[in-house]
Amino acid sequence: MTGANETAPLAAATGAPAQSILPFVAAVADGVIAEHAREVDRDARFPKEAFDALREERLLGAYIPTHLGGLGLSVSELYSIAERLAYGCASTAMVWSMHQIQVACLVHHASGDAFFHSYLEELADAQFLLASATSEAGVGGDIRRSIASVDRIEESATLEKEATTVSYGATADGYLVTARRDTDSDASDQVLVLLKQDQATLSQTGAWDTLGMRGTCSPGFRLSGRFHPDQILSEQFSTIATKTMVPMSHLLWSAVWTGLAADALRRARAFLRKKARGTQAPNSQSADHLSAASQRVQLARATARQALSSYTAELKRVGDDGDAFSAGFTIEMNNLKLSTSQLAVSAIEHALAVCGMAGYSEASPFSVARHLRDAYSARLMISNDRLSSVNGQLLLMHGD
Amino acid sequence: MRQKIEEVLRTEANLGLDPQDLGRDVDLHSAGMTSFASVNVMLALEDEFGVEFPDRLLNRSVFSTIANLERALGELVDQPAGVEPR
Repeated sequence: MTGANETAPLAAATGAPAQSILPFVAAVADGVIAEHAREVDRDARFPKEAFDALREERLLGAYIPTHLGGLGLSVSELYSIAERLAYGCASTAMVWSMHQIQVACLVHHASGDAFFHSYLEELADAQFLLASATSEAGVGGDIRRSIASVDRIEESATLEKEATTVSYGATADGYLVTARRDTDSDASDQVLVLLKQDQATLSQTGAWDTLGMRGTCSPGFRLSGRFHPDQILSEQFSTIATKTMVPMSHLLWSAVWTGLAADALRRARAFLRKKARGTQAPNSQSADHLSAASQRVQLARATARQALSSYTAELKRVGDDGDAFSAGFTIEMNNLKLSTSQLAVSAIEHALAVCGMAGYSEASPFSVARHLRDAYSARLMISNDRLSSVNGQLLLMHGD
Repeated sequence: MRQKIEEVLRTEANLGLDPQDLGRDVDLHSAGMTSFASVNVMLALEDEFGVEFPDRLLNRSVFSTIANLERALGELVDQPAGVEPR
């Protein structure tokens, strides 16, 4: 797209803090990403054009520190980017976010290991896309238990896993896979392994033909591969999950859902302005719906900003001394996800009420149909019922 | 008292080893007890000892070692329900 070549060198040179990168993100989101969003959704295909543009802007290395060749952005800046990308295409924003979560696991927990230090440099340089393979058949949706294990054979290691869902598994350059530490380990004694694309054999085990988030291409895969033991992160997965994977997931997913709602609100406003220029004055019910949508977007954003602030504070508090995240923080992160998953759908429903048939149509410029379908994924990834249940239990003892 | 605590930990704490083999000051969270499991431990201890943990004792520190649990339960068992120790 026009301007992309001029902007990429700028991003690399300045280490692009949010103020300078957001305009480029907005341009890409409203341009090439939005352009292909309907097709990506209709065909349930990977948003290739979007990722070509994101790579050109060096945005796959957003969270990698500048001394390793990345943009060195903060979690807060990642949130802003994810939200803005979702205006154009939620599948794109979600894939980008999921990739950032994997990168964050490496940056937070492995950049001290020689292998990962150099892998992060490679990732920033080549703009690799990293997928997550934490799900598994037979563990009932609990990512903190594994059946698959690492099998050490002399100088190398292998693993084999039935992952029930690997988003963008067919297009990823690498996978962070959870497995039991070794063949004798307990189900909850897990490690995280980086499996490179050229080391991995993947066979798709189902189809991805869903209500929404169709461009995330998340069917199940049987994964296997042989790798060097250096590719196993030394930090235990339980720590990685608590300190990085879970909080970053809830924060960035919330950004995507809020972006969807914000774009739906944008369309509802545009629809009413158009109506106001014509012969029909907008009725007071439309005004109420518009206000309700705006209120929900604001609430979602405010909850996320508060949670971002808590995450930064909690990271500072625990530092390097292995101290644990508080249960209160876990409750807050779960509440964030519960809230934004519900607020986003509700906001978009109000936008639909404003736009009427124009909103219900997939083809109209005021369409919020795909927005609603995409937002419905929020209650399922992961299940709101599971999170409520965990919070309910933790709240007996924590949560001041 | 220690034995009753060990029994509760055995059933509820999901530790990687038998509580009998744990030192009094070993961190239970490091030994595998999650925040989620600690709530089950708390409920089971209340049941076992016929006490109610007041808010001030419902924290990570109290539930982090067998020694701390013994101390906390010691306070509660000595007091009739509803009377806070000075």
